[in-house]
Amino acid sequence: MPTILDVKDLRKAYADGFEALKGVNLQIREGEILALLGPNGAGKTTLISTACGITTATSGTVTVGGYDTIRDFRAARAMIGLVPQEINLEPFERVRNTVKFSRGLFGKPSNPALIEKILKQLSLWDKRDNQIRELSGGMKRRVLIAKALSHEPRVLFLDEPTAGVDVELRRDMWEIVAELKRDGVTIILTTHYIEEAEAIADRIGVIAQGEILLVEDKHKLMTRMGKKELEVQLTTRIDAIPASLQSDALRLTEDGTALVYTYDTRSERTGITKLLSDVAAAGLVLSDVVTRQSSLEDIFVDLVHEGDPA
Amino acid sequence: MNWTAIKSIYVFEMARFFRTMAQSFISPVLSTSLYFVVFGAAIGSRIDQVEGVSYGAFIVPGLIMLSVITQSISNASFGIYFPKFIGTIFELLSAPVNFLEIVMGYVGAAATKALFIGVIILLTAFVFVDFEIQHPLAMVGFLILTCISFSLMGFIIGIWAGNFEQLQLVPLLIVTPLVFLGGSFYSITMLPPVWQVISHFNPVVYLISGFRWSFFGSADVSIGISLLAITGFTGLCLAVIWWIFRTGWRIRQ
Repeated sequence: MPTILDVKDLRKAYADGFEALKGVNLQIREGEILALLGPNGAGKTTLISTACGITTATSGTVTVGGYDTIRDFRAARAMIGLVPQEINLEPFERVRNTVKFSRGLFGKPSNPALIEKILKQLSLWDKRDNQIRELSGGMKRRVLIAKALSHEPRVLFLDEPTAGVDVELRRDMWEIVAELKRDGVTIILTTHYIEEAEAIADRIGVIAQGEILLVEDKHKLMTRMGKKELEVQLTTRIDAIPASLQSDALRLTEDGTALVYTYDTRSERTGITKLLSDVAAAGLVLSDVVTRQSSLEDIFVDLVHEGDPA
Repeated sequence: MNWTAIKSIYVFEMARFFRTMAQSFISPVLSTSLYFVVFGAAIGSRIDQVEGVSYGAFIVPGLIMLSVITQSISNASFGIYFPKFIGTIFELLSAPVNFLEIVMGYVGAAATKALFIGVIILLTAFVFVDFEIQHPLAMVGFLILTCISFSLMGFIIGIWAGNFEQLQLVPLLIVTPLVFLGGSFYSITMLPPVWQVISHFNPVVYLISGFRWSFFGSADVSIGISLLAITGFTGLCLAVIWWIFRTGWRIRQ
């Protein structure tokens, strides 16, 4: 797939010396959903703001569909839709007017049929003549999405679209994102909900302290980084791991009824066969065996804290 | 030039004005009427003619200027401050528009509103006093130029202001005194010589003088200088705005 958004060596230092972005490189493919994961203050919003022209980069370039966001700002920005993290809406405006305004602001001719389609898609059609202040928080977020979609962007930035929304709405939002992907829109979303990235993204980027730590296909990332745990449940409680079984990879659960063995699926020898025979040799009787794949969350925490002083 | 964007901003801003139309009109009409009652009828009846015009008629151009200048500044400063305050400015900054288009939309709308109010006050004045406009075309020209230039100034104030207090500060502390001391209610020639000299440093003097000339054919300063002053002021405001957008001062980090 061709690259639609190309970020090259992007740096952003604020006047007080704080470096929000330290040379970010990122290529986004047309039609994919990329989830940018990172803790608060990692530089997610700065990255998006710079791509959209709200923040000026200290150095580096961003191109959208081949257009430089500074030199060809009109062509570049016309392709981008932005759904900001904060709910920034004029409280006294009416839903349909504010969406129409966005389309006009991006220089697109009026198209009531399209606005109607977008409002219906986002379940806002019934509220089209309501003032924004009369809407719930979730509805307001939908209005922000409608505004961003009103000018038919090819790249959509969603900055923490599900922060502070309830579970049901989050599922709706994922559904909307999936639908947009079907329409061919490239989506970059930031989130700190790992399950969100796991549920909808094609690729996952991890950003921390202004640097992209990795960008990888979601499934590959999970297999590559994934550690598995094997839980050996015992019929009788034990107080300590028998000396013959002592190993760094093995621990005893707090209630003493199971042994948990951590192993790497990529290694040639997982050590499972040996473990099980050792367990039997130690005279322990198994009641059950369970394996678990570590979640993206564990991977994320590992990555972000890699290199942290212990 | 992204005309669709300019039109969208303009229409959106005008919609805000029409939503609050009653307030927008009632307050200037009421305050002007009060000025006519107090200065025109009560005090004015004891004042002889000024420069060959009745005092009631003499204050008409000054009153219009007073309202138009304050309205231009408050409309434009609020118009751009509000998106900054509630955060919707992100959309302007991320849209494919340049500074000139944003300014044309916001300043155009603010100037239109001020012009509306100027015309309303002029019509109100006809109810209270009898007068003729000698140079109607020049009058309209001056009015429009004033609306635009002070809307530009308001736009700058709106960008500069960090809170609502600051938004009120410049109009209250600088503009109102300048307008009152700019000869809205008197001719500069009525002042002692020292104050006449000082008054010539007040840019509003040139505006009101020129505007009054378009009504009655006589002025404190020559019409050419008046025109030069307002054109220079407009140019200065445009230069400041150009600089603001080029550097992103107070809007883009």
